[in-house]
Amino acid sequence: MKVTVIIDAVIILFLVIGAFLSLVAAFGVIRLPDVYTRNHAASKAATLGVMSTLLAAFLYFYLIEGHFSSRILLGIAFIFITAPVSGHLISRAAYNAGVKLSDSSIRDDLKDKNKR
Amino acid sequence: MKTNDVILQTASKVVFFIIILFAIHLFFAGHYHPGGGFVGGLMTSGAIVLLLLAYDIKTVSQGFPIDYKILIGVGLLFAAGTAAGALLFNVPLLTHAFGDFNLPLFGKTSLHTAMLFDTGVYLVVIGVTMTIIQTIGESE
Repeated sequence: MKVTVIIDAVIILFLVIGAFLSLVAAFGVIRLPDVYTRNHAASKAATLGVMSTLLAAFLYFYLIEGHFSSRILLGIAFIFITAPVSGHLISRAAYNAGVKLSDSSIRDDLKDKNKR
Repeated sequence: MKTNDVILQTASKVVFFIIILFAIHLFFAGHYHPGGGFVGGLMTSGAIVLLLLAYDIKTVSQGFPIDYKILIGVGLLFAAGTAAGALLFNVPLLTHAFGDFNLPLFGKTSLHTAMLFDTGVYLVVIGVTMTIIQTIGESE
């Protein structure tokens, strides 16, 4: 098997994983019951999806076009740092604003701490 | 309950340097690649705004003891100075000059006076955006 075929296969694999995970994140936002579970789906799956799409773009430009694009690597690191933090802040803002958990949730560890 | 911002503050401390580095890269890449003074300045002020979100105005102004209104003036002075500097060499206003130089650390580099004009744009953009945001933030 020629090397270019393997390279193409790896790039396609990363692209398909990225697109699939972004789709899963979108379905999670539609289907899940409350803010916290939706935020969980959006911030986790979409982060990994975007990261693998960027990795596919990086591999394409590096292995096929011969151009080492360091700003894509920087973008991967940046998304890896910032997306979970933004998810955490959105969830905390929702909790402090008094958004209710869904009815099927049975446990709220922060409930007693907020009363103090 | 007192909210605790450790995650936001630590993350923005790390991310601030990534954004500043990318802004400087955009600023210097402007001549041959997409980028330039405008986006570089916007992104630099975006990094400072991130610090403003994580900390308060007083802490950030201790870190950057700059009067941003003076920064606008310095930037305009850079731009006007590059424009007027052409008159000294008996050429029309805003004529730029460039050349290849052998710098000790960077090797063969082509330097262009449009870079100085871009520095003016960069400083004015930082000054204007930070002045707008800080005056809105400080008013009660």
